Amino acid sequence: MIQATLYGLVGAVLVGFGLYGLIVGASALRKLIAFNVLGSGVFLTFGVIARRGAGAGFSGDPVPQALVITGLVVAFAATALAVGLMVRLAEVSGRGDVDDEGTAAAKPSAAPAAPDLPSSADRQVARPQP
Amino acid sequence: MNAAIDLGLFADLVIAVSVAGLALWLVLTRERFRAVVGFMVYGLFVALAWMRLGAPDVALTEAAIGGGLVGLLLLGASARVPPEPAATTRRWPLHLTAALLSAVVAAGLAAAVLALPEPAPSLAGTVADALPATKVDNPVTAVLMAFRAVDTLFETVVLVLALIAFWSLVPDRAWRERPAWLPSPRPAPALVLLARLLPPLGVLVAVHLFWIGTSQPGGKFQAGALLAALWALTMIAGLTRPPAADRRLPRLLAVIGPAVFFAIGLAGIWLAGDFLAYPTGLEKPLILVIEAVLMISVAVALGLILAGLPPAAAALSTQDHQGGAGAPREPRS
Repeated sequence: MIQATLYGLVGAVLVGFGLYGLIVGASALRKLIAFNVLGSGVFLTFGVIARRGAGAGFSGDPVPQALVITGLVVAFAATALAVGLMVRLAEVSGRGDVDDEGTAAAKPSAAPAAPDLPSSADRQVARPQP
Repeated sequence: MNAAIDLGLFADLVIAVSVAGLALWLVLTRERFRAVVGFMVYGLFVALAWMRLGAPDVALTEAAIGGGLVGLLLLGASARVPPEPAATTRRWPLHLTAALLSAVVAAGLAAAVLALPEPAPSLAGTVADALPATKVDNPVTAVLMAFRAVDTLFETVVLVLALIAFWSLVPDRAWRERPAWLPSPRPAPALVLLARLLPPLGVLVAVHLFWIGTSQPGGKFQAGALLAALWALTMIAGLTRPPAADRRLPRLLAVIGPAVFFAIGLAGIWLAGDFLAYPTGLEKPLILVIEAVLMISVAVALGLILAGLPPAAAALSTQDHQGGAGAPREPRS
């Protein structure tokens, strides 16, 4: 039972890290990675519940285990759609983030008093010119 | 005996610290590429955690899909989105608030984990009692294919829907073009050799995984993910070319699994008295047939998603002329 509790706490910590990354991630891709970390924390916690339900000769309750397998495939589908949207957004607008004014505002950290550069200035370098 | 238990707990501690540490590093690291590669390593460590939790079926799926395929997808994306700004100042109020909020959520979840009921509620006994009726020995496969078959059916439908949604992002002009994310412009000879040597072995392993799935850890998702990864490998090495979205055969293969599953489920209404019920005596053959077609559909759908989208260069320039998409760009000094 110590083992199950240990992984349960890891699951809780993963949800915390994932949530933090989802909020402060510097680009859509980083948020997507954090989203997947959050998801694996949820699955792991569910796996702990499966482990605690071990019995009848099984090493874990097979019902939550089967549901986690289902969840992993659905999470892949959601990630795939997010990646597609992200790449198309980059192709169409040259942006790597859905947040316009947010975390991507580039300014030299040594001079915090400097006026804000337009947040999209850096991204436009990467944009293919027609 | 005691030493063995301690060794197991030590392994658990190492895996737990590695998973948590890697997750923190993934979120905090400054370089995006490192985070993407680190995510694949993270997936493998999470798979180890699943092994320790007595869930080898989940561990196989996590290693194949959670680590491998998602990692490959993110890797493809990281090459196609603009680089992050080099230096960002952290906006401390936002970061502190986010950290506090996340800590509260994690602490709440941890408290819930510590307060889980004792003895734990479990359906293991129910599954064990009903298992003989399915003629399948692997309890997870029995749950996926018989007791909770409706979940599995709609999950495979979700995969097809995801493919449709993914393809709906293809610009009209590029609809007949082949996807272009995977092929390496100049594949290294070692990669090409690997892409020739691995698939025969990999197909054998996949068929083995599918076949033993009724009695041992394995099954259609694991086998399908492995087949998709092999297909992606040959596409990266340039040995096969990804099909365009308007091809009939890949579309047919992607939907045949859910379609057959649904048809057999419907037939169950007349033959066995309920939707997704199997007639007595035919349980195992029917489950094997469904697993086989689902394996093909999962492999094709995953592979087509991994292949990505066609290059949008042509469509991009037309959209620019129309001035529809994208914010207006004025040069800034």
